[in-house]
Amino acid sequence: MKSKTADRIATGVFIAIAIIIISILVGLFSFILVNGLKHVSFDFLTTPSSNVRAGGGIRDQLFNSFYVLFITMLIAIPLGLGGAIYMAEYAKPGKITDIIRSCIEVLASLPSIVIGMFGLLMFVNLTGWGYSILGGALALTIINLPSIVRVGEDAIRSVPRDLKEASLALGITKWHTIKTVILPTAFPSILTGVILAAGRVFGEAAALLFTAGLSTPRLDYTNWNPFSDQSPLNIFRPAETLAVHIWSVNTQGLIPDVEEISSGSAAVLVISVLLFNLLARWIGSLIHKKITATK
Amino acid sequence: MEKIIPAKERLLKSEKKWKDGELRGKILVTICAVIMISATISITIFLGTKGLQSFIKNGVSLIEFLTSTQWNPTNKANPEYGAFPFIFGSFAVTFLSAIVAAPLGIGGAIFMTEIAPSWGRKILQPVIELLVGIPSVVYGFIGLTVLVPFIREHVGGLGFSLLSGVIVLSIMILPTITTIATDAMSSLPKNLREGSYALGATRWQTIRKVLIPAALPSLLTAVVLGMARAFGEALAVQMVIGNVRDLPSNLLDASATLTTIITLNMGHTTYGSVENNTLWSMGLILLVMSFVFILLIRYLSSRRKM
Repeated sequence: MKSKTADRIATGVFIAIAIIIISILVGLFSFILVNGLKHVSFDFLTTPSSNVRAGGGIRDQLFNSFYVLFITMLIAIPLGLGGAIYMAEYAKPGKITDIIRSCIEVLASLPSIVIGMFGLLMFVNLTGWGYSILGGALALTIINLPSIVRVGEDAIRSVPRDLKEASLALGITKWHTIKTVILPTAFPSILTGVILAAGRVFGEAAALLFTAGLSTPRLDYTNWNPFSDQSPLNIFRPAETLAVHIWSVNTQGLIPDVEEISSGSAAVLVISVLLFNLLARWIGSLIHKKITATK
Repeated sequence: MEKIIPAKERLLKSEKKWKDGELRGKILVTICAVIMISATISITIFLGTKGLQSFIKNGVSLIEFLTSTQWNPTNKANPEYGAFPFIFGSFAVTFLSAIVAAPLGIGGAIFMTEIAPSWGRKILQPVIELLVGIPSVVYGFIGLTVLVPFIREHVGGLGFSLLSGVIVLSIMILPTITTIATDAMSSLPKNLREGSYALGATRWQTIRKVLIPAALPSLLTAVVLGMARAFGEALAVQMVIGNVRDLPSNLLDASATLTTIITLNMGHTTYGSVENNTLWSMGLILLVMSFVFILLIRYLSSRRKM
């Protein structure tokens, strides 16, 4: 009898825990969306921010976020895929493979602020670039690399053996097989993983504080020369991203409408990350349908 | 007239081309692997040397740095570099948030795997994934605008406190713990449960006496990973913890952690000055701690295999 009551109490506690977790999420999301969306307007998204006056927007920060993400992915995807191919196809079990695995593990567990400090040392001071988009993108690449390698390796390993062996049996070399058989087959799951990683990069801030900086020069969106100082495309200019903007207006900002701007920015940030997740899910289910459907 | 190349030549040529590609491909992916190794090694070396400079070049005493509570680097006559309050703050928020988040996370995992495997998972899984997706600055911002005023009005103190930091961090590491704990619980062999039920044990007895001990190393791994995340988190904590240099005497006191001091002061100090170098030493502590967490996880996973 006693153990039955204990069982019932325990069940009640577990249900309570589940309810707590769900209500935390519901609370967070409703707060972000309800408070944020009323400040998000076309004007908010298209006017530049102001350091002292109210009514600024987030045009440049939004552009910077996507641009830094784009440059990061441009570096991280080939590098990560290369590493994944090496780990899945070329690495033989042994000391060197163990070392690479440990390195991936270390990179994955380093706090992003530590990677930011390394970026400050390496890409800001040593290279003499100063705060730059490229430095930020390289730091984010380091953060992102482990997850891309892991996703890529899993995807390559889950390609059916028959496919690979059929190709090799035709006398096609290994690299050619990787290029024409394995990568196209693994592509869908790699894509899903990369989009999820992109969502995480989009919200990253601590590493960018020390590498991409806290400021954005006055940008001229009609200037498409990537070497000009005012061009948004210049990768050697400092760039404050949306996530960094939320932090900086809250901690060192002088603008009177801090709360409006940060709740609006937070809503935009969370919605973007949500869209990345939905996109990854949608692509995943699309592919699942394609694979399972009898053609 | 068409030029006819004998088959032998064609084959030979194409074979050569393929062989080239083969080698180039292998070199290419090996370079990618080497870049990963060198990134890890250079992070360790660069931060290591930079972090040790304040002790070697500037003559800051290591003992003073680690144990003294006096942090006063701007004092011209008698600068003091005791980082103990920040080290203490880091460990305090990490352990306290693990204490809050571990029962919640593991409880959530048990709910998903044991209590309501069919529909519970369908609801909680996306919830956890969405919590992972919220960027840390957003947690910080909500902490700053909701939690801090709430604590100020209903609990006491300034609101900027250790307590706020712990609450924000607990929510941030909750998804990490829940995800790994769920994997651990659901990978337990089915016959463990069935054997226990067959003996007439209730669900709670099965969970407490059979399932949790069986999954313990993995559950601890989950908690350690959560702690690693909490120890390194910077901006969200910085926004709510208050950032004072004194040792907190209770949960409602404002405090500071290694990450928050680095975040705040890195931009204000001159590169190469003693104060700046001590910040790098704190970064080195973060680096060393993440190695410690990795070793801890390795130890736990070696216990799991046995």
